[in-house]
Amino acid sequence: MNFLRSSLLPLAAATVLLAVSAPAFAKDVKVTITNFAFAPVETTIAVGDTVTFVNGDDTIHSVVADDGSFHSDGLDTDDKFTQAFAKAGTVAYHCGLHPFMKGTIIVK
Amino acid sequence: MSDDNDELHGKLNRRHALECMIWAGTGIMWTLSGGVPKALNLLDEAQAAEAVTTSNFTFLQISDSHIGFDKEAKVTARDTLGEAIDKVKALSMKPSFMIHTGDITHLSKADQFDDAQKMIGSVGVDVHYVPGEHDMVDADQGKAYLDRFGKETWGQGWYSFDQNGVHFIGLNNVVNLKAGGLGNLGAEQLAWLEKDLAGRSASTPIVVFAHIPLWTIYADWGWGTDDSAQAMALLKRFGSVTVLNGHIHQIVQKVEGNMTFHTARSTAFPQPAPGTAPAPGPMIVPAEQLRSMLGITSVNYVVGDKDLALTDSTLA
Repeated sequence: MNFLRSSLLPLAAATVLLAVSAPAFAKDVKVTITNFAFAPVETTIAVGDTVTFVNGDDTIHSVVADDGSFHSDGLDTDDKFTQAFAKAGTVAYHCGLHPFMKGTIIVK
Repeated sequence: MSDDNDELHGKLNRRHALECMIWAGTGIMWTLSGGVPKALNLLDEAQAAEAVTTSNFTFLQISDSHIGFDKEAKVTARDTLGEAIDKVKALSMKPSFMIHTGDITHLSKADQFDDAQKMIGSVGVDVHYVPGEHDMVDADQGKAYLDRFGKETWGQGWYSFDQNGVHFIGLNNVVNLKAGGLGNLGAEQLAWLEKDLAGRSASTPIVVFAHIPLWTIYADWGWGTDDSAQAMALLKRFGSVTVLNGHIHQIVQKVEGNMTFHTARSTAFPQPAPGTAPAPGPMIVPAEQLRSMLGITSVNYVVGDKDLALTDSTLA
């Protein structure tokens, strides 16, 4: 009994700590769309972070992964789209309406 | 650019133009008014009026109505589409049908499609639609458009039909656009086009319409179609091919052999000429200027030795 209590308690405490701290460390990084360009054009984030794209143009844009893994709807002026990145790697994306607009998310 | 085209931008006179465009005894001629190269302005007003009254049929091109766009001063895209439709209704000769070369809506929303269809439908003639990229940005990337307009079409909404011996082909070059690329027809649509054209006589006049220009106007802004050359190769043997596009909200045209290419104005907002601005965004212009930069295109087709006439008019 004594043995159980002494060994399980720190484990339980560590589990609680993890569950609380992981979301607190996840960041949301902003990418703006201005004058038909993503800024910054390359964004580095950590696994679990999210990226929020904000359209600052007078016309609509969208955000589409080159590999088809995600896409936004059409984003009107000031509309936002948030995407989480759960795996490490490089994700290239473009605007589905104006595919000459390109960007990259590096997930570390 | 071909020699023909360079010539048209140069010192071409009317007689020479007709020689260029004459095919198997049929002269192809069109008129344009408002900010277009003089060399192509072959008909004066009276002749144009005559062409209208004697033609076998007239159809009307409307483009880029962008219902939902509201950034211009004082008027919305709904207002200016309404004005364009009033112009159509006031025409002395009612068009046999209309084509809409895409960007019907701004954001592919149901109420935007509803309003556009209601306004355009009020003319009381058939309307043949092709999608623009703004019509396929719903959550399902095209379902909203195809549920409405895809019923008697192939693939992602392409189709053809015949009117008075003219073969019309509506294409979709706005789906699955690749990073860094231009408009895209795709292998499936090109295979369908080949089948659709097979066995047709080379003397059949062809009208092709699609949203993004089917020739490269300005690649930096995506104003072209990656695989359009394959489509043009299939169309090359025909004696009369007219290609009608939208997307760039201004008139640009060229003639290459038997092919005439033309883009229409928008009814919603103008866009800058290629390379004249940092980006191809909407031009927000003073309200009193706006209507002179918006418009519609009417096409008159006459069988025999008469003319195929394209007439652009503004909302001013």
